[in-house]
Amino acid sequence: MTERNWGFRTRSLHAGGRPDSATGARAVPIYQSTSFVFEDTEDAADQFALQKFGTIYTRISNPTINAFEERIASLEGGIGSVATASGMSAEFLTAAALAGSGDNFVTSSALYGGTHTLFDVTLGRFGVEARFINGDEPEAYARSIDAKTKFLYTEIIGNPSGSIPDLDGIAEVARAHNLPLVIDGTFSTPYLCRPMEHGADIVIHSATKFIGGHGNSLGGVVSESGKFDWGSGRFPSMTDPVASYNGLNFWENFGEYAFCTKLRSEQLRDIGAAMSPTNAFLLLQGIETLPFRMDAHVANTKLVVDFLDDHEFVSWVNYAGLQSSPYFDLAQKYMPRGPGAVFTFGVKGGREAGARFIESLQLISHLANVGDARTLVIHPASTTHQQLSDENLVSGGVTPDMIRLSIGLEDIEDILWDLDQALHRVRR
Amino acid sequence: MAITHVPVPGWSEPTAAQRLELLERTRSIAIVGVSTNPARPSNFVATYLMGSSADYEVFFVNPSLTEIFDQPCYPTLEALPKTPDMVDVFRKSKDLPIVANEAVAIGASSLWIQLGLWSVEAAQIALESGVEVVMDRCIKIEHARFHGGLHRAGFDTGVIDSRRKMNKR
Repeated sequence: MTERNWGFRTRSLHAGGRPDSATGARAVPIYQSTSFVFEDTEDAADQFALQKFGTIYTRISNPTINAFEERIASLEGGIGSVATASGMSAEFLTAAALAGSGDNFVTSSALYGGTHTLFDVTLGRFGVEARFINGDEPEAYARSIDAKTKFLYTEIIGNPSGSIPDLDGIAEVARAHNLPLVIDGTFSTPYLCRPMEHGADIVIHSATKFIGGHGNSLGGVVSESGKFDWGSGRFPSMTDPVASYNGLNFWENFGEYAFCTKLRSEQLRDIGAAMSPTNAFLLLQGIETLPFRMDAHVANTKLVVDFLDDHEFVSWVNYAGLQSSPYFDLAQKYMPRGPGAVFTFGVKGGREAGARFIESLQLISHLANVGDARTLVIHPASTTHQQLSDENLVSGGVTPDMIRLSIGLEDIEDILWDLDQALHRVRR
Repeated sequence: MAITHVPVPGWSEPTAAQRLELLERTRSIAIVGVSTNPARPSNFVATYLMGSSADYEVFFVNPSLTEIFDQPCYPTLEALPKTPDMVDVFRKSKDLPIVANEAVAIGASSLWIQLGLWSVEAAQIALESGVEVVMDRCIKIEHARFHGGLHRAGFDTGVIDSRRKMNKR
């Protein structure tokens, strides 16, 4: 073994996926088993007490899922990862690990509608207050922090607003207050942006999107840097004795491994939002081509954006890769390879014209997802963000005429043809 | 455990490959400062090193105990019935040079100073006598990094290897 720093493409194919020790299988096998036999009663007791690493039950750990977790941790540059059933459960587990009744966290308002509702309604019902700020200004985060604040949160590319936060600035605020910065990196993937390199402590992905990349499997994942000081006194659940594990203390026993160990052995154990082994296998297949797919997604997206920006029936285009975007400089800084493949635009004629445009598309699929190999379209105000009030829609950057595209890997001529014919059909 | 790694002149922290090589070469380990409290890291590490995951010959040193895990517990390193290959230390920072001197005196070949601990003085004492040093690392975590344990907890081992061999020790 050498102390080599393996490249991103190599790690996309190999990290966490050594040949199976029992059979020599080169691909990661699907261990479709709920449970795993103990060596003996002592082995069982040691595993239950966390004194020994092992595989007990797929709700907590599974060899196929472990391969997925280590691969994401490696690509993200984190110390470790915990996989979950979906991106939403990754967010819930993280919030549940960090905050309890009476606590709060400070978050951007420019979020996926489902996340906004989770934070505002469901966590609110548990007594955890989400403090929404307008925009992503570091000072706005700082102003909302108090003694009961447990973390700061934002999406690296806001869905669907396309906003890009000043990661370095927010990370500085987080550090000054001894708070972890939690970033949702779903739209960028670890290939386009690794938030931990800019001071983030925890990164969440909906792996359902570009990581899996084929629109066939749900999954989520939480990674942690291993660099955050959980011993400051602000996080008693990291430093107090844990009754269900014989009084151990996560921070003292596991050090830099404490957060991921707690997330797995408490939140995943208790909440039960585990990934399925088959999904882990399918998501791993996706990761193997992640760098190649993201380059192709971004290349197609740039061409589509330019096409729409010049189109006579299009009123506006919002993509951080456009020089006219207020986020152009931040995109260049944090995502030099390009700010992803999801963006929004408005069809001239407003909401009604937008609906007719979507119904006229032949190749592009109208559905509630992004990050498929196929090109996707949706009208957020009536679908993904319909749970929000008009006021929340505006603060989340969603306008009534907004159409969201997630550009896929089809021939660029075919994507452009479909957009053009549908735009013309609106006029007929 | 963000502690400062004050440089030790003439020494660099062992690389992943060197840590693995040390763990493979080591057969016996004396744990200095072992606790009977199952929630303490030293107790965790002892259980792991004796168990089927690792299978080392383990000796225990703690002057306030006579027995632990149904085995004798010795007051000092000198009192051990044989010389361990490695001395693994769970003690306060200011005690580390004392333990380093004792490790040198009995002829141990390596001194492993646990996670959250760092002592330039202890390291220098060991290195001057040719005793290998690891500091601010957990031996359980490092063993698990190379033998599948960390992988089974979702951590990045940094290991990429297409050979089938699985190391036992």
